[in-house]
This record gives sequence, structure tokens and C-alpha cells, in this order.
Amino acid sequence: MFHGSTSIVMIAVVVVARFGLGRGLKAVRRPRRRAPRDDATATALGGHGPVRLVLHQARYDLRTLTRNAQARTATVMLPLLLLVLFLGMWGSDRVAGAPASTFYVPGLVALSVIASSFTNLVISVVTQRESGVLKRRRATPVPAWVLIGGRALTAMAVSLTMATALVAIGWIGFGVALPAEAIPAVVLSAVAGSLCFCVLAYAVATLIGSAEAAQPTVQAVMLPLYLASGIFIPNASLPSWLRQLASVFPVERLSDALHQPYSPAAHGLPIAWTDLGVMAVWAAAGLAVALRRFSWLPGPGRTA
Amino acid sequence: MSGAVVHVRGLRKRYGGREVVRGVDLDVRPGEIVALLGPNGAGKTTIVELLTGFRSRTDGDVHVLGVDPQTAGTAWRERVGVVLQESQPDPGLSVRECLSLYAGYYRAPRAPVEIAELVGLLECLETGTEELSGGQRRRLDIGLALIGDPEMLFLDEPATGFDPKARRDAWDTIDGLRSLGTTIVLTTHAMDEAERLADSIAVIVDGAVVAEGTPETIGGRDRRAHEIAFTLPDGLAPADLPPALRDGARPDDRQIRLRSTEPLADVRALADWALGRGIDLPDLEVRRPALEDVYLALAGSPDTTDT
Repeated sequence: MFHGSTSIVMIAVVVVARFGLGRGLKAVRRPRRRAPRDDATATALGGHGPVRLVLHQARYDLRTLTRNAQARTATVMLPLLLLVLFLGMWGSDRVAGAPASTFYVPGLVALSVIASSFTNLVISVVTQRESGVLKRRRATPVPAWVLIGGRALTAMAVSLTMATALVAIGWIGFGVALPAEAIPAVVLSAVAGSLCFCVLAYAVATLIGSAEAAQPTVQAVMLPLYLASGIFIPNASLPSWLRQLASVFPVERLSDALHQPYSPAAHGLPIAWTDLGVMAVWAAAGLAVALRRFSWLPGPGRTA
Repeated sequence: MSGAVVHVRGLRKRYGGREVVRGVDLDVRPGEIVALLGPNGAGKTTIVELLTGFRSRTDGDVHVLGVDPQTAGTAWRERVGVVLQESQPDPGLSVRECLSLYAGYYRAPRAPVEIAELVGLLECLETGTEELSGGQRRRLDIGLALIGDPEMLFLDEPATGFDPKARRDAWDTIDGLRSLGTTIVLTTHAMDEAERLADSIAVIVDGAVVAEGTPETIGGRDRRAHEIAFTLPDGLAPADLPPALRDGARPDDRQIRLRSTEPLADVRALADWALGRGIDLPDLEVRRPALEDVYLALAGSPDTTDT
């Protein structure tokens, strides 16, 4: 029963992920008519303090993100939809002696962290690079780390907001409680995961040559990892070789780090240090690739 | 450097084995508008990228506002605006938001509304960038480069690929900058654009400057021969012309095109000859060489080389 229904859901996931919920709508929402206070705030934020500059950048990056239908679908709609769908349909099934709902909530938290901090970020960075937006920004006095920091901060803010929303909906709507002493572990895992995947996004963005290739490439890589990493299907039900292979990758590690605090067997401060350590190694490798290869210029100039 | 805003000597850039910039010298004085004119693929964009610090040169000496762009820091970027050839506006933001975002990058930016007025986008302040026309987008590009109130502006192909109306709009905007005293280096492959906008033109072909001067003097245009053209009446051949005016015409030509360095004297000789024979030359024409002809001669066959 579990596997049959899961495969149907997977097809739905693929369809939604591939074609998006909002695709049929206007691609980008019109900017809201705003009172002309933008000028004043922009000047007040000025080119001065570095923190203000990062927040200035993040504010506009967040607007860009929330006005993009594809980004909204992938980072906000899809995790919420899947949570309600999974918990509503199979929440009361039993998985390894526990309600399936305690499996789905942390799995979808992992999914939403990755969707915002990695998938959406890769697509956004590649698109901005190839359309010359990054190059133009680099022609201004803004330091590189402000542009990267502002965008990464946006990704992390969306990740953590979504993680909070998913945990809250699971808790209030479906009774998936989180013991008070497990909360720091969930927060730490989500923050560490978000940071790790942001770094990886900047690394992977250097490997993709065109805006059109970004989305299909990232999805082709991530979907098998989601399936093998205990996001949709408990990985206890996978063959052991696949489990071992998956445990090399940070998707499984983030998923595991978020599942542990929800486990009925958890006690004390259920922080998965090994998982966090593996993610740190991935982040370090990602940083090395990004530092070596990252470019602000579109395609043809990238080797120069 | 004698007060030059841009000072370039022996600039070279090599990609692999191919040298795309081959020893360029360039001087731009304060407040001057200089056009780098040349066919596609001549190396104009690479030169701009070298002068704005996006690429590192193979050899040569470059100073922009007294600083080497390659090692220039944020203080220099506060003073230099760049309009890139291929950049698209930030999706999802309105014109006002774009201008405000970029204003935030500078220590002493100009007000977004002021810039919108300068580039003629005051009516579209709340319009999303995706809804702008091509010409409006280009004006936003220029506005974003001006928001930091730069002393020096680089414009890479400011009006390429536009319909005539949008082109004229972009030109008017650039003309407006002249009155602000902004020093401008722009690239173009369009003769009329260089002639209309620039105080001084450097023709770039194959990575090198092949001619420079004002739109009036470039390529020796003021010294080059005028052309005197007319059609011989029936029954007359070039051999019937006075010897001084026979120059270069083949025996059976009816359409005569004379190169003349003294057009007034030659026209007088021609008129005396025709009146003496009682004939008229109704299509007589005396032409100064057009900048276009000068450019075509210098550039070989423009627009056939690709990027």
C-alpha cells in the first residue's frame, strides 16, 4: 500500500516540479504600485555599512524571488502542497513503528530548505549571470560579497521561513509534535543545511552554461537524490547499496539530520553531528569550486 | 598624462593565440565624447572591457581617471558608469525599484526620480522592467549607469538593434549627458551614430586604430578628393573632354566621375568647355566624400565580419 501510493504521488511531484503550478499564470507578477518611499530608504541605506548593504541587496532579491511564479511554486507552493497531501492521505500509516506523519514533516522540511537554498538559487544565479545582470552589478562599487551575501541571505530567509511554516502546520494541523529539547536540533540542522546548499549552489552554477539548461539539469540531479535520501520514501525500505550511496550526498545527510529530532527514539539533544560534519565537507568542497570557477560574466567570457 | 581622463598606450589583448586588440593608443579629454567606430568583431567591446576592468590586458598601459582599471577598487567604480552591450534589466522589479537598488550601491547617488527624468522614464517609474520597450530598456540601462553620478561613462553599442525611433531616443539621452559635462566613450558600428554623437572618432579595424579625428577630419576627409559627376550628352566621348578632366575615364564611359582636389577650378573648366560647345550637363553634381565612404574605405567591408 505504501509503495503503490507513493509512486502515484511521485508522478504528481514530477509533474508539478517540471511544469510548475504557476506556469500558466503570468510569468512574473507586476510589481505592486508603491508609495514613493523607496527612494528615501535607498538613500538612507546608502553605500555605507556592510550589514545595511547586504540587507539592501537581500530586500530587492526577495522581491525578485516572490514576484517570480516559478520560484514561488518551487519554494513555497510545492512543499506546502506536498505536506498537506502526504499528511492528509497517509499521515496515519505506520512507518517503522511510528506514524508516517513524523516521517513526512522533516522530509519536507529538508525538501523546502534544498528548494530555496539550492535549486532556486542555482537557477537564479545562472539566469542573472547569463542575462548580464551580475556583470552590470559588478560594474558598480558594490563588493562581490555583498551580492553573494544578499542573495544567499534571501535564500536562507525563505528556507527557514518555509521550514518554520512546515513544522508549524505539521504540529498544529496534524499533531506532529516536536519535543521542546529537539527544537534546537531542527533549527541547527535547517540553518546548517541551508548554508551548505547555498555554497553548493554557487559551485554548481559555475558548471551550467546557459539559463535554459539550469532548471532541467538541477532537477535531473536532485530528483534521484530526493528519492534515495528519505525525503519521500523512508530509506529503510531501500536496498542497502542505494542507502549507502545516498549517504555520501548532502541531501541524505540533511534529511537524516532533520529526521532524528522527530524520531520517537530521540532523547537528549538529538543533534546529528556526523550528518552536519558531512555537510560541512560538502560545503568546503563547494566553496573551493566556487572560488576557483565563479564568474560574473555571461557565457563566452567565462573562460577569460 | 596631461589631464586626459582616459590614457591608453600600446594596449594589447590576446586570447589563446589570437590577438584581438593590437596596440591601441587612445586619449580622451575631460567632457569629450569619443566614439570607437568599427565593424562587428573589430575588438571594440574587448577594449571597453579592458578599460572598465572586466578583463585583464596582455600588454600596454591604461589609466582611466588616473587609475589602472585592472586593479581599481570601489572608490574608482563610484566615479565610472558602464552601459554593457548585452545586459537585461532585473526581472520582477519596477523602473523605480531598479534605480533604487543601484542607488544603494553608491555613497552619493543621484535621486532615482531625477535620473528617470534625465533618461525620459518618468512616466514608467512604476512599470515592471519586462513591460518596457527596447528603447525604454536601453534608457534604463543608461539610467542605471548614471545613478552614481559618474564623471566618466562607457557605452557599449548604446543604440544597436533599435528601431529608428528608439535610436533617436537613445541619442537624445546621450546628447543630454553632453550638457552635464560627462566624459563618454561609446562604441558603435553605425556611422551616423558616431557622426551625430561624437566629438572625436577612432576607427577600429581588426583590433587596431586605423584612423582618428573629428567627424569632419577623420581619414583625411577634409583633404580627400571631391567627386564631380555628370553624364556626357549623346555623340560625345571622354576623349572630347579637356585633357585635365579626362582623368581615369574609359573611352566608352557615358557616366563620368572625376576625382578633384580643386573642385571649383575643375567645375569652371568643365563649364567653359560645355558652354563653348553649346551643351548642357543637367545632372552635374559635386560631392564631398561622405563619412560613410571614408569609413568603408578604412574598414574594408563592414558588417560582413561576425562577432
